[in-house]
Amino acid sequence: MTTNDWPLWEVFVRSRRGLSHTHAGSLHAPDAELALRNARDLYTRRGEGVSIWVVPSTVITASSPDEKDPFFEPAGDKPYRHPTFYEIPEGVKHL
Amino acid sequence: MTVTAGSAAALALGDDALVLSHRLGEWAGKAPVLEEDVALANIALDLLGQARVLLSMAGDEDELAYLREERAFRNLQLVEQPNGDFAHTIARQLYFSTYQRLLYAELAAGDGEFAPLAAKAVKEVAYHQDHAEHWTLRLGDGTAESHERMRRACEALWRYTGEMFQPVEGVDVDWPALQGRWLASVSAVLRRATLDTPEVPRSGAWSAGAGRQGLHTEPFGRMLAEMQHLHRSHPGASW
Repeated sequence: MTTNDWPLWEVFVRSRRGLSHTHAGSLHAPDAELALRNARDLYTRRGEGVSIWVVPSTVITASSPDEKDPFFEPAGDKPYRHPTFYEIPEGVKHL
Repeated sequence: MTVTAGSAAALALGDDALVLSHRLGEWAGKAPVLEEDVALANIALDLLGQARVLLSMAGDEDELAYLREERAFRNLQLVEQPNGDFAHTIARQLYFSTYQRLLYAELAAGDGEFAPLAAKAVKEVAYHQDHAEHWTLRLGDGTAESHERMRRACEALWRYTGEMFQPVEGVDVDWPALQGRWLASVSAVLRRATLDTPEVPRSGAWSAGAGRQGLHTEPFGRMLAEMQHLHRSHPGASW
């Protein structure tokens, strides 16, 4: 293998109609068209998908692990934000 | 073994798929990048699947693949050509998958014995052709070096392409029309890739191609030795 200086792409695959695209992994490719083809070969060869998105990794803005506490912890002690205080009427499905 | 026209045709098409599959498999673990390693292996596996169906139509698939001598193989000389550099592999793939796609599309539309296989395989082959086209465009219209390598590869393999349109007994298609469509399709891709259509003769004394009659080029013997050695060393072995 030679050094790979192709850009990195993030791959999102929608497994069925009606579901949303979920992150499947990443790969290297010289451009978007080939990234899509590589994604097809790497992530959908066992019939996993009906649609693929590829996104250049560089355009993704991610939350930093260092900021984990201020970002996520305040939500932990606010149980009233969770819809757990309702009596679910009988016969209601899919809640 | 008596060879009917049908099984002779299955042998010709099956050997094309088997031999090209093995050649592409030789890239496994050493393609230019990991992603391409997987892409080529995928194509190889598609072809192997086709080969298994076709050879089973002609006889016992293992016996045919592993126990025939070189002269009994009926594949095109194009598919047995060594991988060379990546450009050679792509040029070979462009020439062959364009041919295979046109041929299978026609077989799938008919009602002959190959129609069910062709209908399934033509979708696989459409992807092989797409893959080869995209790489031809990028190499031909890429850097000065990639352009030069792609040009060399297209020219070197051009003389093996006339053989594809020698009629195969038992395959009922309009070969001259197939050849016309192939030339138009390949020339269009080459033009977009800023490459000239090679001017090397494709038929006649200076062209290659008697693979369908069992005459093969020198590298094929070595390829077969590697492909068959395990089966011949351990007859009947299983896991």
